Amino acid sequence: MKTELEHLSKRVTKGLMTRREFVGRAAALGVTAAVANSMLATAAKAEGPVKGGMLKLGMSGGESTSSLDPALAASEVPIMNLRNLGDTLVNVNKDGTLDNRLAEEIEASADATTWKFKIRSGVEFHNGKTLTAEDVMRTMERHSNEESQSGALGIMRGIKEMSVDGDMFSVTLDGPNADLPYLMADYHLVIQPDGGFDDPAGGVGTGPYTVVSDEPGVRHTYKKFANHWDETTGHVDEIEMIVLNDSTARTAALQSGQVDIINRVEPKIADLLGRAPNLNVVSTAGAGHYVFIMHVDTAPFDNNELRLALKYAINRQDLVDKILRGYGSVGNDFPINAAYPLFDESIPQREFDLEKAAEHYKKSGHDGSPIILRTADGAFPGAVDAAALFQQTAQAAGIPLEIKREPNDGYWSEVWNAQPFCASYWGGRPVQDQMYTTAYLSTADWNDTRFKNPEFDAKLLEARGELDGAKRKAMYTEMAYMVRDEGGLILPMFNNFIEATSSNVGGYTGSPIGETMHGFAAARCWKTA
Amino acid sequence: MHPILKLVAQRVALGILLLFAASILIFAGTSILPGDVAQQILGQSATPEALENLRRELGLNEPPVSRYFSWLGGVLQGDLGTALTNGRDIAESLGSRLSNTLFLAFWAAVISVPLAIFLGLLAVRYKDRWPDKLISAVTLTTISIPEFMIGYILVYWVSIQLGWFPSVAILNDSMSLGQKLNAIAIPVMVLTLVVLAHMMRMTRAAILNVMQSAYIETAELKGMPMLKIIRKHAFPNAIAPIVNVVMINLAYLVVGVVVVEVVFAYPGMGQYLVDHVAKRDIPVVQACGLIFAAVYIGLNLVADIVSILANPRLRHPK
Repeated sequence: MKTELEHLSKRVTKGLMTRREFVGRAAALGVTAAVANSMLATAAKAEGPVKGGMLKLGMSGGESTSSLDPALAASEVPIMNLRNLGDTLVNVNKDGTLDNRLAEEIEASADATTWKFKIRSGVEFHNGKTLTAEDVMRTMERHSNEESQSGALGIMRGIKEMSVDGDMFSVTLDGPNADLPYLMADYHLVIQPDGGFDDPAGGVGTGPYTVVSDEPGVRHTYKKFANHWDETTGHVDEIEMIVLNDSTARTAALQSGQVDIINRVEPKIADLLGRAPNLNVVSTAGAGHYVFIMHVDTAPFDNNELRLALKYAINRQDLVDKILRGYGSVGNDFPINAAYPLFDESIPQREFDLEKAAEHYKKSGHDGSPIILRTADGAFPGAVDAAALFQQTAQAAGIPLEIKREPNDGYWSEVWNAQPFCASYWGGRPVQDQMYTTAYLSTADWNDTRFKNPEFDAKLLEARGELDGAKRKAMYTEMAYMVRDEGGLILPMFNNFIEATSSNVGGYTGSPIGETMHGFAAARCWKTA
Repeated sequence: MHPILKLVAQRVALGILLLFAASILIFAGTSILPGDVAQQILGQSATPEALENLRRELGLNEPPVSRYFSWLGGVLQGDLGTALTNGRDIAESLGSRLSNTLFLAFWAAVISVPLAIFLGLLAVRYKDRWPDKLISAVTLTTISIPEFMIGYILVYWVSIQLGWFPSVAILNDSMSLGQKLNAIAIPVMVLTLVVLAHMMRMTRAAILNVMQSAYIETAELKGMPMLKIIRKHAFPNAIAPIVNVVMINLAYLVVGVVVVEVVFAYPGMGQYLVDHVAKRDIPVVQACGLIFAAVYIGLNLVADIVSILANPRLRHPK
C-alpha cells in the first residue's frame, strides 16, 4: 500500500492527478484525508535549491530568424532568453497572484486609472549601470512607440501618460483597468537600460544570467550574473539552451543525457517516456486551448442556430482522449478555465448531444450545402485528425461538414482570421480581461470570430475598472455565457503543457500561464548531483 | 588558343550565365511565396500598426524590380544585406552555417566517395557472385530507407543504447577537431549510407559497360589479371560518368541534407534556409538560394571539365 500511495502522490505532483482524486484514491486504500494531505505535502516539498552546476535544455520553438530584442519575441526559446537575461516589473505566480520583481510596491488610485510602481533600488544591469525609474519609462516608451514593432503594442495602447518622480514610475490610463499590473508582466516588457533604444537586441538586462553566446536557432549559453539582486533565482552557474525542433531529437537528447529538460513532449509518447528510468514527465493544466472558429458575420455562420448545432455536434471528451491522449480537459466554448482567477465553476458543461445538434441544425434552415472547415497540421498538434473526428460526429447529426486541408505555410496569414471557419489555437493570458480584450472585444485586432456585441463590450469595460472581486466575477460569468451561447467559438479542449526532465533536476513546477514554467525553467531549476 | 582552354572557358562562362539566370528565378520564386514577411515575423501576436510599421521599415512597399537590382548590386560587391527578421548581417551568419555544412559534407565525402568506388570495383571483380550481391543488397537497402529513419535507428542504437556518440550534433568554436568529429559521427554515418548506393551502382555500371569493349577482351586474351585490367583499362575510360555521379552526390551533401540537419539539430545551411523561408525573410532565402545554385553549377562544372580532360579525343583533337 505504501508504494502505491507514493506512486499516487508522485502523480499528483506531476500534475497527472488532482489533489481531490488523490485523497479519494487514498481513502479507498484506507487512509484518512488528513494523512493523505500530509503525504502530499511531503511529496511536493523539494529538498531546497542546490547552487552551482550546469543546466542543459533541449527546446522546441527556436528559429535562426529570432533575436534577443524583447519586442520581437514570440516563440518559446526567445521568451526563455528574456527570462534568463531580464526582469519585468512583476510576474504572475502559478496560483494567479502577483510577484513583485523590479516594482517593489504597486499602488492604484481608487478608480484604477492611475498606477504607481515603486522601482526596486540597488538593481544592477549586466553592463554595470544601476536601474532607475527612467529606464523603466524608456522601456515602456519603446514598446508603445508608434514606430514600434513590439508584440506588446496592443497592451500599451491603453496608456495615456507616463511619468517618473524619483524612484516612482507612474502610469495614467485612458480608462480604469484593475489588471494593469498583470499586463506589465508581459514577457515583452523586460526592462532594458535606457529602454533598449540604442541596442534593442544587445541582451543587457537585470536578469540572473548574462549572455555568453547567442546563436539564434542553434544554441544560447549563459553564465550566472554575480550581482543579481534576487538570491532566490538563478541557481545553476551555467545554462545551455539547445534548439531541438524535432520531437524525436529532443526525446533522444534527454534519454542519452545530453540535455536535462525538454519541452513539448508529444502526448502520444508522454506515457512511454514517463516509464523510462531517471526521467520525469511533468504535465501541467494550462489556459491554452485548441479551437474551431467561425466568423459570426459571415453566412452560414451568422445563424446562431447553426453555430449551436456545430457546438453540440462535437464530441469533446473523445477529442481529449484521442488528440490529447488525456493530457488536457474539455472546453466549454468560452476561452476561460480554472487556470484563471475569478473563474466561475458553476457554468454548466456543454455536452455532446447529437439530438440537440440535429434539432438546432433543423431550426437553422441551412440549405444543406457543405460547410467547409479549414485545417492544417500547423493549426495545432493533431488539428487534421481532430477535424476528421468532428466531421464524423457532425455527419451523424446530419450536418454536412466538409474538411479542406490547407498548407502550413502561410496558414496564419491566409487562413486564420481570414477564412470564415478554421482550426486554430490560443495560448493563455494571465487574466480574463486580457483574453477577452485580445480576441472578443468588438474592436480587437484578433477578433477571429468577429464577435461584436455592444453589451459584452460594455460589460468588459465595466469589469476592467471594478476593484471588488465578487462583483467582477459575476460580470465575467455573464460574459462567459454570452460567448458560450452566442459566440463563434467552438472550444473542445484545453491542452496541458507536457515537459520532461531528468530526475536530477530540482525545482521544476509547471505554470498554468505558460509552458516551461512560464519560461522560467532555466532560471529557477537546479541540479542535484 | 588550345582547344581545351577554350572549352573550359566556354563552360565557365556558361556557368556564370546560368548563375545569373538562377538569381532571377530565385528572386521571382521568393516574390510569389504566399503570405507577408511582416505578418510572419510578428506571428499571431501582431497588431495592424506593428505590421504597417514593420512593412515600411523593411521596404516591402517598393517595386520588386528595383529591389532585385539593388540586391544584385550588393551581391556583386559581396554584400548580402541584413536579415529582415533579426537584423543580423547575412554574410556573417551564413558564413558559419556554410562552413558547418561544408565540414559535414567534406567528412561524409571523404568516407563515402572512396568507399563507394572501392565497393563498385569490388562488385565488378566479383560480378554476379556473392560479394557483388551482398554489396548491392546492403547499399540499396540503406538508400531505400528514408534518411531520417536511418538517423533515428542509429541514434537509438549508437547513442542511447551504446552511448558511443552524441545524438545531437551541435558544433561550436571552442571544440577541438576531435570533439567536432565525435559530434558529427552519427550524421556522417547516415549521409554515407544514403549516398553510397548511387555512386557504387554507377561505378559498377560504368565499368561493366566498358568491360564489354573489344580492347578489354584483347587485354584478357593477353592474360592480364582481372584487377589490373579494371585499373589500367576500364577505370580511366569510365571516369566521366563516375565523376558526374560523384559530383551530384557531393552537391546533395551540401544542399540536400536539411532532414539530417533537423534530426541532429546540426547548425547547417538547410535548417537556416527553412527557418527563413517560414518567416519570409527574403534576402536570406535569396542568399541561400544563390549559394546552393553556385554549389550545383560549380560542381557540375568540375564534372564537365574532368570529363573533358579524361577524354583523349577531346584532349588531342585532330
